[in-house]
Amino acid sequence: MKALLTGNEAVARGAYEFGVSVATAYPGTPSTEILENVAQYPEIRSQWSPNEKVAMEVAIGASVAGARALTAMKHVGVNVAADPLFTASYAGVNGGFLLVSADDPGMHSSQNEQDNRYYAKFAKIPMLEPADSQEAKDFVGLALEVSEQFDVPVMLRMTTRICHSKTLVELMDPQAREVKPYKKDARKYVMMPGNAKVKRVELEKRFAALREYSESTPLNAIEWQDREIGFITSGISYQYVKEAVPQASVLKIGFSWPIPDAKIREFAAGVKQLYVVEETEPYLEEHIQAMGIPVIGKSLFPIAGEMSVSIIRKALGLSVTGPSHPAEDTPVRPPVLCPGCPHRGVFYALNQLRLHVTGDIGCYTLGALPPLNAMDTTICMGASIPMALGFEKANPELAEKTVAVIGDSTFLHSGVTGLMDVVYNHGTSTVLILDNDITAMTGHQENPSTGKTIDRKPAPRVDIPALCAAVGVKRVFTVDPFDMAALRELIKQEVAVREPSVIIAKRPCALIIRHDGTIYRIDHDKCVGCKMCMRVGCPAISHANKKSTINAALCVGCGVCAQVCKFGAILKEEQ
Amino acid sequence: MKNMNMLLVGVGGQGTILASKIIAEVAMLEGHDVKMSEIHGMAQRGGSVVTQVRMGEKVYSPLIEEGEADFIVAFEMLEAWRWSHYLTSGGTMVVNEQKIEPMSVLTGQREYPAEILETLAERSAKMYTLDAPALAREVGNLRATNTVLLGALARHMDIPLSTWERAMHNTIPDRFLDLNLRAFAAGYER
Ligand SMILES: Cc1ncc(C[n+]2csc(CCOP(=O)(O)OP(=O)(O)O)c2C)c(N)n1
Repeated sequence: MKALLTGNEAVARGAYEFGVSVATAYPGTPSTEILENVAQYPEIRSQWSPNEKVAMEVAIGASVAGARALTAMKHVGVNVAADPLFTASYAGVNGGFLLVSADDPGMHSSQNEQDNRYYAKFAKIPMLEPADSQEAKDFVGLALEVSEQFDVPVMLRMTTRICHSKTLVELMDPQAREVKPYKKDARKYVMMPGNAKVKRVELEKRFAALREYSESTPLNAIEWQDREIGFITSGISYQYVKEAVPQASVLKIGFSWPIPDAKIREFAAGVKQLYVVEETEPYLEEHIQAMGIPVIGKSLFPIAGEMSVSIIRKALGLSVTGPSHPAEDTPVRPPVLCPGCPHRGVFYALNQLRLHVTGDIGCYTLGALPPLNAMDTTICMGASIPMALGFEKANPELAEKTVAVIGDSTFLHSGVTGLMDVVYNHGTSTVLILDNDITAMTGHQENPSTGKTIDRKPAPRVDIPALCAAVGVKRVFTVDPFDMAALRELIKQEVAVREPSVIIAKRPCALIIRHDGTIYRIDHDKCVGCKMCMRVGCPAISHANKKSTINAALCVGCGVCAQVCKFGAILKEEQ
Repeated sequence: MKNMNMLLVGVGGQGTILASKIIAEVAMLEGHDVKMSEIHGMAQRGGSVVTQVRMGEKVYSPLIEEGEADFIVAFEMLEAWRWSHYLTSGGTMVVNEQKIEPMSVLTGQREYPAEILETLAERSAKMYTLDAPALAREVGNLRATNTVLLGALARHMDIPLSTWERAMHNTIPDRFLDLNLRAFAAGYER
């Protein structure tokens, strides 16, 4: 039977068909739906972990204990999990171990465009790159076999277009799911120097064997056609090449670390002009150049952003259809904080108080956009709190003017250690934890403080105020972000205090609760057109002809706008 | 058959994804190869959303290039405007006569372009507009706006009605099926 699956659904299906018993992840676009879909199979023990490092380590543990294990994360998640990955490469596996890395060329929803193919090379682990959903599923099975055969973790490298494109997949019955027996083997699994030195030498033997595998696997295949022009390519770029230059010869690299040198030489010798087409970094190109083979890559095709059929054709001087007329200068429509979002009041207050805000990653990063404009920095998950401390260490005067802002999921991911540092190193930072009871940005996943596991079964909740207190913060407050006067006073008070404080702005995400029917409306007789309400940046409020209006279909009655109106023109209306 | 390319554009929350699922199901029932690409993650936050569906004997790229969309179904007028240069010459546009103002317009920094429908109609011979939310309300539920638009699209495509109906049977949960079939018919007959 055939089904139309996204790459992410196909990876999940692969986990089901090819005997994965344990699957872990921390959410992150474009990888999130992998675990959401794995969790549909009760045969597989699935879980959200607090961060990618933990997810990776649980999966490594499962593999060592004998299960086939999978862990999935977005590209930057691998940075967080890199430490266990690099040494798991030394220790190897018992049950097959698969890391799925989902990169985001074009940065549709990411803070950088790193090319994780280098991780495979860096960590000395094999890598497979699917070009559609069928391959995504099949490669899960192959990767697990390679993992067990060569005693090595394997990386499946996906990209946004593979993760989020649906293509046809042949479904099969699942193979038997078995967990191998566990046997204590300290020399294999205790990576202290004496053992690691032995492994270090073995790594190179393993690499030599994997190179041979890469030469013979059908995943690296030459499609001979017109020999005037040949392309070496992988992943989604393969699809673009096939469509851009259908008559060309192609070497499709599906097994992209180790790279098959002999196959590349054979292909290069068989075509007149050799190109390499790959998204973002010149990963294949550098390798081919280093082999002494002349090849055209990034001198012709862009290094930044996604590849496309038109980009390839234009670069080669071939015709493209092109736009039917010049693109219109259309007002952009970026994502915005939803009507009723509990984050809105916080950023309004921070804007009013003119504070420096070291920010973090989540829906609340949208507080950086106009009209709220209330975020100064966003680097990576967890950076908000340590950066606030850094501000203060650089210039003690900044302490009273700076707050760190972080979400609940992000705080548990990697914020707690930063808070420890503030307390330990005598910082005085004020930290705002925006606790909306969910991991919202990535589509509402549970986390250790929401009281539910991935399958929405009850779980113990991390007590965030108690956690902060345990770390050593004496001033911990919880406030309702819709009570704007109280929130503002509390922030003012705490930035002035010369010791660490945590303010937890607690209210569930507007999208996970039922709207009780309350809405607000604007009395146009009282509205003076001052536009104060426009400063809260609510998509339900518009302004025309010197009057503001609330769109009743969008309003969920949070009342933030009513609190900022100085003329009492915004009124509650029960329905 | 030459590959057929279809863009569905709108605003997060308007139901473009379910609509494209139904289209993809139609393609499968017709025995075509099909690829469908969507960008989510930001979908719920009121941002622009676009789904691309390509069908034919063999589809490689899941993405449609500028000037190569045979059909554009716009769930919102500004989004029709944003993507209109993707339409191929002789292509068909189905536009929902609905305005959802983005933040820059709400705050008065930018103006919502005037005469979108007139300009688009001048440019493309095959342009059809309808008030899909009104039709959806008539059949019973605003949330069926997306299937109203599918009905309007189906009228201008060369695919038997029975295939569309089967596709809806296969993709829509039973309790919503009847509503959606009525919404589809309303869009088709309009
Ligand atoms: C290392 C890393 N992992 C995952 C992500 C993807 N990501 C961005 S924000 C976010 C979660 C935000 O949740 P929370 O802090 O609770 O804030 P909310 O969106 O709910 O406001 C995730 C998982 C990322 N950017 N970096």
